[in-house]
Amino acid sequence: MPRPGFVLDVDKSTPPILFHHGEGFRLEKLPADRSRVIYPGEPLDALDDVEAEIQAALLNPLEMDPLPELLNPGMKLTIAFDDVSLPLPPMKRPDIRQRVIEAVLDMAAAAGVDDVHLIAALALHRRMTEDELRHAVGDRVYDAFAPQGALYNHDAEDPDNLAYLGETKHGEEVEINKRAAESDLLVYVNINIVSMDGGHKSTATGLASYRAIKHHHNVHTMEHSKSFMDRHNSELHHSNWRMGKVIADAGVKVFQIETTINNDTFGDALPMSVLAKREWEWTAKDRVSFIGMQQGLKRISGSTRRKIFQAHRAPYGVTSVTAGAIEPVHERTLQHCFDQHLVEVEGQTDILTMGLPYICPYNVNSIMNPILVMCLGLGYFFNMYRGKPLVREGGVLIMTHPTPWEFHPVHHPSYIDFFEQVLADTTDPKEIEQKWEKQFAEDEWYRHLYRTSYAYHGVHPFYMWYWGSHALKHLGRVIIVGGDKRAVHRLGFKAASTLNDAFEMAEDVVGRHPTITHLKNPPIVMADVK
Amino acid sequence: MRALQFRRKPGKYVAAGVAGRIAAGKGASVGPLKLVDLDDLKLPGDDWVRLRPRLAGICGSDLATIDGHSSRYFEPIVSFPFTPGHEVVGDLEDGTRAVLIPVLSCVTRGIDPVCSACAAGRTNLCGRIAFGHLEPGLQSGFCEDTGGGWSAEMVAHPSQILPIPDDLSDEAAVMVEPLACAVHAARKAAARGPHQRIAVIGSGTLGLLTLAALRSEGAGGSIVATAKYPHQHVLARGLGADQVVSPRVLPRLVRSLTGAFVLDGGQLTDGVELVVDCVGTEASLTQALQVVAPGGQILVVGMPGHTHLDLTSLWHRESTITGCYAYTRADFERALELGQEHDLGRLVSATYPLARYEEAIEHAANAGMRGAVKIAFDLRKPAKTRR
Repeated sequence: MPRPGFVLDVDKSTPPILFHHGEGFRLEKLPADRSRVIYPGEPLDALDDVEAEIQAALLNPLEMDPLPELLNPGMKLTIAFDDVSLPLPPMKRPDIRQRVIEAVLDMAAAAGVDDVHLIAALALHRRMTEDELRHAVGDRVYDAFAPQGALYNHDAEDPDNLAYLGETKHGEEVEINKRAAESDLLVYVNINIVSMDGGHKSTATGLASYRAIKHHHNVHTMEHSKSFMDRHNSELHHSNWRMGKVIADAGVKVFQIETTINNDTFGDALPMSVLAKREWEWTAKDRVSFIGMQQGLKRISGSTRRKIFQAHRAPYGVTSVTAGAIEPVHERTLQHCFDQHLVEVEGQTDILTMGLPYICPYNVNSIMNPILVMCLGLGYFFNMYRGKPLVREGGVLIMTHPTPWEFHPVHHPSYIDFFEQVLADTTDPKEIEQKWEKQFAEDEWYRHLYRTSYAYHGVHPFYMWYWGSHALKHLGRVIIVGGDKRAVHRLGFKAASTLNDAFEMAEDVVGRHPTITHLKNPPIVMADVK
Repeated sequence: MRALQFRRKPGKYVAAGVAGRIAAGKGASVGPLKLVDLDDLKLPGDDWVRLRPRLAGICGSDLATIDGHSSRYFEPIVSFPFTPGHEVVGDLEDGTRAVLIPVLSCVTRGIDPVCSACAAGRTNLCGRIAFGHLEPGLQSGFCEDTGGGWSAEMVAHPSQILPIPDDLSDEAAVMVEPLACAVHAARKAAARGPHQRIAVIGSGTLGLLTLAALRSEGAGGSIVATAKYPHQHVLARGLGADQVVSPRVLPRLVRSLTGAFVLDGGQLTDGVELVVDCVGTEASLTQALQVVAPGGQILVVGMPGHTHLDLTSLWHRESTITGCYAYTRADFERALELGQEHDLGRLVSATYPLARYEEAIEHAANAGMRGAVKIAFDLRKPAKTRR
């Protein structure tokens, strides 16, 4: 029986706590009697027979007919699937998308469906490479469909392959992939690693164009999503749900398949397994292994460290497969996510600390540049709450990450310009949105790179910044420990050399003897703040 | 009189070149530049006057000479030994304070009739340079007969004298000569403008002054400048740049501003209409060719040397490289006005006595990284060093 997540009150006997620090780690002693650590739950039990569960889900969908009954010869079938941003880190083969897609294709073949397209629903993310597509859908599917041009990346800037479906009652334009919109059935295959994923957002965002996405990927929406991990209190999701209605009203029939995975991010093998253990349970072997890993990491170059970490594949167990109509499927999926991630926490804190790991949704096989550091900390981790933010309004967020002034030139070209030009001008999300977004979003060069190379869309760094806008508005100060000082300052944050220095700097904002909460993530944990 | 003198000593010149490549400004300690006692100069003509320098600036072209890497092009148009220094404010014998217009034109050489360029007032383009009754010298400060500002006394033709108002400080006055170069460049730019976008490469003395001049002469709308050092960023913004970026960022910024595409190798498919290169190195000229728009113009204001450039893009995109040397008297008069408006005396970061010339040269050669702009010799009194 896996142990659930819990809150540890730090006392004098509490050992140093492991903080992620990019492609490295820190052991930090937290002040006794006023600090607490939120630990993630241990991995929930995985399904014993995933293939059988997939079959069961497809044959017994929620509020829809069984999948075989929706399939017939001569129909147009499109299977969309989540892109390389999920899961994090990537999972060991076989990827759950592959297992689900193979089952769907078997049923389609049995029904005589021969017009099938598979589309990576990447929205404004970079295109997936052949290796990444093979990893997601498996070699058999890739070899059967890609050479015929029936397996490809969604292109949110291809005017010939987008369909305008109308607008919501709020005036939000809905435009999605034409093939998906014109199919007799759209099957969407999700990996819901956090509660933000899935639901109507899958199609309304994943297969949409900039024209549509800009209606919810903006500062207003993000400031009114409290949090965007809590779909019922998230304006981001409200907007996507409105769009989902427009998509349905336009006659697009979506068969939603959502899957959840457990917290088995680091596996059982040392040295990575130690990262999932609670510090006081480390054995002598764990300690030796951890020290060895630390020493080894110090002796190799940054690029080698990055290669090693990016090569890690997580042995997640699949915990649920649910299929059918979008809304009932998603409600059930949310419960599975919360079962794994949610930890009840009593009250807010003055200072929230977090150790940022080497990966976020937008640097798979890439570089975690400073904008992504901001997005991971102030966007994703800050929003890992339900109820109230973990840190009080005007409180301080302290993150550990090296925050190098480094960018992947192919994946993140517009990020470089955003960092050099936009953030040099202002860090205010609203000002950035008004003054700069259009120029970047409509830049033909970025558009070209997004469509033909492996670049994120020109507007993407703006979205990363907006992702943190709720936190920016809420917090009194942000401090990065161990970060490149110039890069940290460009972000508009304070740099500290040590965690103790950061605590002292934080006291200028929150007063003396503040309460401290450490969100120990990853593996994923989400606070249910009472 | 005390003067710094640059002699023709090939061995020392080679040594200066080696030292200058090891560390900028080190050519002064091993090269042909020496502090000497000289007899008073003869007046080359009855109408010539004596000028006692008060401040004399150290220019990039001086540094290139001292560090042994100026072009051999100059050999026939300078005469040895010469006293450097062409950025000069000084006193005439009658007590008039004046700045020197150092270009040596037909009239200063006693050539009559004067060449067509000099007749038109474009003395910087004199067609009789190195001829006439003076020893060769493109400017005072490179001519054996005239002497230069790095001395207690030099001689000048009346056409080279521009009296200055009493309320103009010596520091502001010594900036008038480089500012006249900038005004000249800005007027050339404005003549083909107004430009929508201009890039200024370099924010040393010449770059900063060019920014001020481009603004005052109405050359164009948005100006982006490159600067290596923090104080240059601040000054460049204050003098007229809309955006200031480090040199490596310029191509990205221009690409972003113009929506250009990027070819392999970094060449932009579009760019700014005018690039003003105030550095003049191979790197800066290469960058200028990368970011200039098809049909655009590159004004070379910084003194270049022997340079290797791929000019294919120049041909293919019909862009233009235009030299921009010195000034006319009208440019100088305009510079005098601008110097007062912009309080440019603040750009003089440090002054040295002649006796400390090695330090002065080294400081000037490393001005940017030491947070300085213009370094000058102070001939008024014993030295003071501000920064």
